[in-house]
Amino acid sequence: MSRSTMPRPIMAPWPLVMLAAPLLPFAAQDGAALYLPQLPVALALFALTVATILARRLPGSALGEALLLLAGVAAAYAAPLLLLNQGNALAQAGGLWIYVAGATLLLWRVLALLAGIAGPVRLAGPALFGLALVMLWEILTRGFQVPTILLPPPSLVATAFAANAADLWDDFRQTVLISVLRGYLIGCGAGFLVAILADRVPFLARGLLPLGNLASAVPVVGIAPIMVMWFGFDWQSKAAVIVVMTVFPMLINTLAGLQSADRIQLDLMRSYGAGYWRTLAMLRLPCALPFLFNGLKINSTLALIGAIVAEFFGTPVVGMGFRISTQVARMNLDVVWATIAVAALTGSLLYGALALAERHVTAWHPSFRKR
Amino acid sequence: MPAAQPAPLTLVPPAADAAPRTIVDVRNLTLTYQAADHPVYALSDVSLSISKGDFISLIGPSGCGKTTLMRVVADLEQPTSGEVTVNGMTPEQARLKRAYGYVFQAPALYPWRTVERNVMLPLEIMGLPRADRQQRAREQLDLVGLSGFERKFPWQLSGGMQQRVSIARALAFNPDLLLMDEPFGALDEITRDHLNLQLTRLWLGTRKTCIFVTHSIAEAVFLSTRIVVMSPRPGRILDVIDCDRDLPRERTLDIRESPEFQRIAHRVREGLMEGHSYDD
Repeated sequence: MSRSTMPRPIMAPWPLVMLAAPLLPFAAQDGAALYLPQLPVALALFALTVATILARRLPGSALGEALLLLAGVAAAYAAPLLLLNQGNALAQAGGLWIYVAGATLLLWRVLALLAGIAGPVRLAGPALFGLALVMLWEILTRGFQVPTILLPPPSLVATAFAANAADLWDDFRQTVLISVLRGYLIGCGAGFLVAILADRVPFLARGLLPLGNLASAVPVVGIAPIMVMWFGFDWQSKAAVIVVMTVFPMLINTLAGLQSADRIQLDLMRSYGAGYWRTLAMLRLPCALPFLFNGLKINSTLALIGAIVAEFFGTPVVGMGFRISTQVARMNLDVVWATIAVAALTGSLLYGALALAERHVTAWHPSFRKR
Repeated sequence: MPAAQPAPLTLVPPAADAAPRTIVDVRNLTLTYQAADHPVYALSDVSLSISKGDFISLIGPSGCGKTTLMRVVADLEQPTSGEVTVNGMTPEQARLKRAYGYVFQAPALYPWRTVERNVMLPLEIMGLPRADRQQRAREQLDLVGLSGFERKFPWQLSGGMQQRVSIARALAFNPDLLLMDEPFGALDEITRDHLNLQLTRLWLGTRKTCIFVTHSIAEAVFLSTRIVVMSPRPGRILDVIDCDRDLPRERTLDIRESPEFQRIAHRVREGLMEGHSYDD
C-alpha cells in the first residue's frame, strides 16, 4: 500500500466547533441544567474525542488516523445514549448537540480518508455512512422524544423485527418468494417473447404496442382490486398485477434493443447467408442485452410495489402489504417500519444482483469498458 | 506493429495461357430507387466482366454508384433491371454458398467477441468444428500480422488493426472473391500505405479475385490490375484502365514515383474530371 505513505490532506477546522460545547448544558434532570463537569461519563467521552483529534497525526497511515478518529466519533454518538439511560432529558442540551454535530463533521474526515485508500477498505466508507445515519436517527428521535407514531427509533424497529421475525419471514416468503418471483418471471418472460413475436410479425407490433401502453397506464390501485376479484386472494392475483405492470417495460426495452444492431453488422450476417434466428442469436440479442437489463432492473422494483399494493386488497392473512395495512390500523408503526425495512432491503438486493449480473455479462459495453 | 511476412495460404501457379475464367459478370445493370420527389438513377446500364485473379478498383466521386454496384454483386441490393452472375450463379445463390467475403467501410466487429472469435464468426455459421475454426482464425490473423492479439477485444485495438481483423474475418472461410468497400477510408495516410502494401502481398499470395471501392487515385493505381472509373447522376462506367501492362504485379510503395504510375494516375484523374460537373 504505497498510497498510505502519501502525505495526508490537512483536516478542515469545522469539527473544532465542539470546543464550544462545554459552555452550554449537556443534559437536564428534573428541570435543572447539568454542565459537563457534573457528568463524569460525558466528560470522559468528550475528553476522548478531543484527544483523538489532537493525536490524529501520530498514526503512520491514513487508515490509522481514520480508525483513531472513528473512535472519537463513536464516543460522541455513545454520549447521548448513555445520558438517556441515566434518566437525563436532552431536548434542551445545547452543548451535547454541538458535541454530536462536531463529531458528525469529524466523521466526514474519516470517510474522506477511507475513500483515499485503495483496496477493499474503500467499501467500509458507504457502510459507515449508513450506520452513522441510523445512529443519528436513533439519537435524535430519542433525544427529542419524537412520538413513535411519527417515527420510531431504529432500536424499536429492531425490537419489533426480532419479536415478529416469524411473521416477517412468512410475509417475505408469501410476497417475495411466491408472488413477486413468479409474477416477475412471467411478466418479463412474456414481454420478451411478445417482443420477439412483434419483431418477427411487424403488424403485431403496431397492434400490440398501443394495447400494452394502455395496460401499463392503468394505475396499479385501479387494477389490483379487479385482479383480486378475477384470480382470488392468493398469489395468482398478485402475480397478475405484476404481469400487467412489467410486460410493457420489458416489451419496449426488448424491441428497442433488437433495433439497436448496426445496419453494417446486419449486412455482414446477411453476407454469410445467416437466417433470421441465427442473426437473432449471434448478433441482435447480444446487442439488445444492455436494453434487456434495463427492463429487468426497472421491473424488479415495479414488481415489489405491485405485489405489496395488490395485497392491500385481499390476501390470505399473510404478506407484506397485508402486514402494513393491518398494523397501521392498530398503530403498531414499529412493525410497519420493520416490514418497510424488509421490502427496501429486498428491492435493493434484487436490483444490486441484476446490476452485478449486467456488469458481468455486458463487460464489453462502452459503459463498463476498462473498469 | 510487426511487419507482415504473409505466408501464402494456397499457392496458385501463374495463370495458364487459357482464357481466364470469368468470376463476376455484370450486364446492362440498372438500379433506380424512388427518393422523396424524384427517381434516383444509382446505376445506369452498367456492364463489367471480372476474371479470376483480377484486382478491380471502382473509383469515382460520391454518389457514382460504386458501392451500390458492389452491393448488387453481394446480393445486399436488388437491381431494377440487368443481369449479374457470380461464379455462374445468381448473386443470391452465390451469397448462400458463401462465395465472397465482404469488408465494409467500418470494421463491424462484434464488441462482445474477442478478436479471434470475431474471425471465427463466419466459420461458426458454416458449422466448422471448433479446433478447425481456431486453427483457421490463427492462420488468418497471422496473415494480417496480428498474431498475439487473439484474446484482445476489438475496442482495445487501433482503427487500422480493427480493419485488418475484418479482412482476416473475410478471408477466414477462404472465399474466391473478396469485396472491399473503402476499407481504409477512415485511416490516416501512413497506416493506409502500410495496409495497401500488406493487401497487395496478400493478394499475390492468395490470388483471390478482388473488387475494391475507393476514392483515392493513388490507392487504386497501386493495388489494381484494372481500374473502373465511374461518374454520378446517373451512375455509369466512364473508362476501364488496364494497369497490368505497364506495372509489374509485385509492387512496392516506391513504384508510385515511376512515370508509368504517374501516367495511369493522370488518366484516372482525367476520367474523373470529365464525369464530374462542378455546378453542384
